[in-house]
Amino acid sequence: MQADILTGGFADPAHQSAQAFRHVMEAMARPGTIHALAGAVPPAPLSPAAGALLLMLCDTETPLYLAGELDCEAVRAWIAFHTGAPLVAPGQALFAIGTWNALMPLSAYPIGTSDYPDRAATLIVECHHLTASGATLTGPGIEKTASLSLPDLRAFQDNHAQFPLGLDFFFTCGDRLAALPRSTEVR
Amino acid sequence: MTDYNFAYLDEQTKRMIRRAILKGLAIPGYQVPFASREMPMPYGWGTGGVQVSAAVLTPQDTFKVIDQGADDTTNAVSIRQFFERTAGVTTTTRTAEATVIQTRHRIPEEPLTEGQILVYQVPIPEPLRFLEPRESETRKMHALEEYGLMHVKLYEDIARHGHIATSYAYPVKVEGRYVMDPSPIPKFDNPKLGNMAAIQLFGAGREQRIYALPPYTEVVSLGFEDHPFEASKADHPCAMCGATDSYLDEVIVDDTGGRMFVCSDTDYCATRQAAGHRGSEAA
Repeated sequence: MQADILTGGFADPAHQSAQAFRHVMEAMARPGTIHALAGAVPPAPLSPAAGALLLMLCDTETPLYLAGELDCEAVRAWIAFHTGAPLVAPGQALFAIGTWNALMPLSAYPIGTSDYPDRAATLIVECHHLTASGATLTGPGIEKTASLSLPDLRAFQDNHAQFPLGLDFFFTCGDRLAALPRSTEVR
Repeated sequence: MTDYNFAYLDEQTKRMIRRAILKGLAIPGYQVPFASREMPMPYGWGTGGVQVSAAVLTPQDTFKVIDQGADDTTNAVSIRQFFERTAGVTTTTRTAEATVIQTRHRIPEEPLTEGQILVYQVPIPEPLRFLEPRESETRKMHALEEYGLMHVKLYEDIARHGHIATSYAYPVKVEGRYVMDPSPIPKFDNPKLGNMAAIQLFGAGREQRIYALPPYTEVVSLGFEDHPFEASKADHPCAMCGATDSYLDEVIVDDTGGRMFVCSDTDYCATRQAAGHRGSEAA
């Protein structure tokens, strides 16, 4: 048990974080594109891609909300050791992670203020499948259109309607990741 | 090299900058506050761009730095050497070979491609700052999309000079929402900002702001129906390579009024000369 907590982080944090960030930035800059994100071996049920995201983005300055079955002893301990992120309720979270259903309702998370729209939560949605098909995406970062399998449609349309306020999403599935910023229009 | 953490900054600082970059990409044109660090160079020398580059670079990158288009100025050379030493990256002067390009006040002539990242050094990120010095007010103006003052400024240009005299740091509107300062690039470069295949990141160190343009973002230079935006350059061909489509620097060559116009983008000019193009003053 104890050994599980101590392992599974980046072996070479500076370089692996830098490489992971480039994939994550490409994903956010080009909504709908799917990128491989390896290097982390977090305890189940956390996926490797979500684990790498947490290692790369989270530290003691980023309040984190664990939703549903991710809020278990193994995951809590792993996150505490590797990132030190304080675990909080949805209303205080800068990052939240869980399955789509566990993360509901979206109204619980901060969407920023009109003065500071950046003070909004980023949701990491653990998915069973992630493919470049389904909903049609348009907006910044997309030359014509892109497609992405989304867990919902209406929720993302409502989120986009609040622009420049709103939530930003990462979708993780195994060691793969895609992103959907609030700026993307979903059909 | 081993005396420093990879890319000079500590990991916690890089995580903070990376989070700001992601929010910047999610809200194109909005200036995200970040906790800018002291860098081993003075403000005004590109500390914002350097911090963004440090957060973005990987050891596999090929890094290029330009200062007003030139690869060989003090500022460009020292920033290139800084990351050679602290991040172990390969450096280049060739636009096409670079994966990350840090720039002071120019966009390379050669169109950028997907997979490339352009990092701008920004002195004053707030386009409304010279019109309204209070941060509390400009923040409100952005929140309310109240950009009338900017149009008044451009209108006063027309009233005074007969045309919009703003020639650099020409304000743009991003995706119909935020008015953004493109950094002091000549307005000749403004049309390249929109629909670019590369990711554009802007870092202002002293002012502690990061903002971004994802690829293929709509960027419109402000203007009026009867006085539309117009990109302009000196009406000459380059004296070294003969290019008529590039932005030119005016160079004083003697004390009797002699002058010549040469490409500001040194790599573009050198590449054209190597391909056999010759201007009027070429050796």
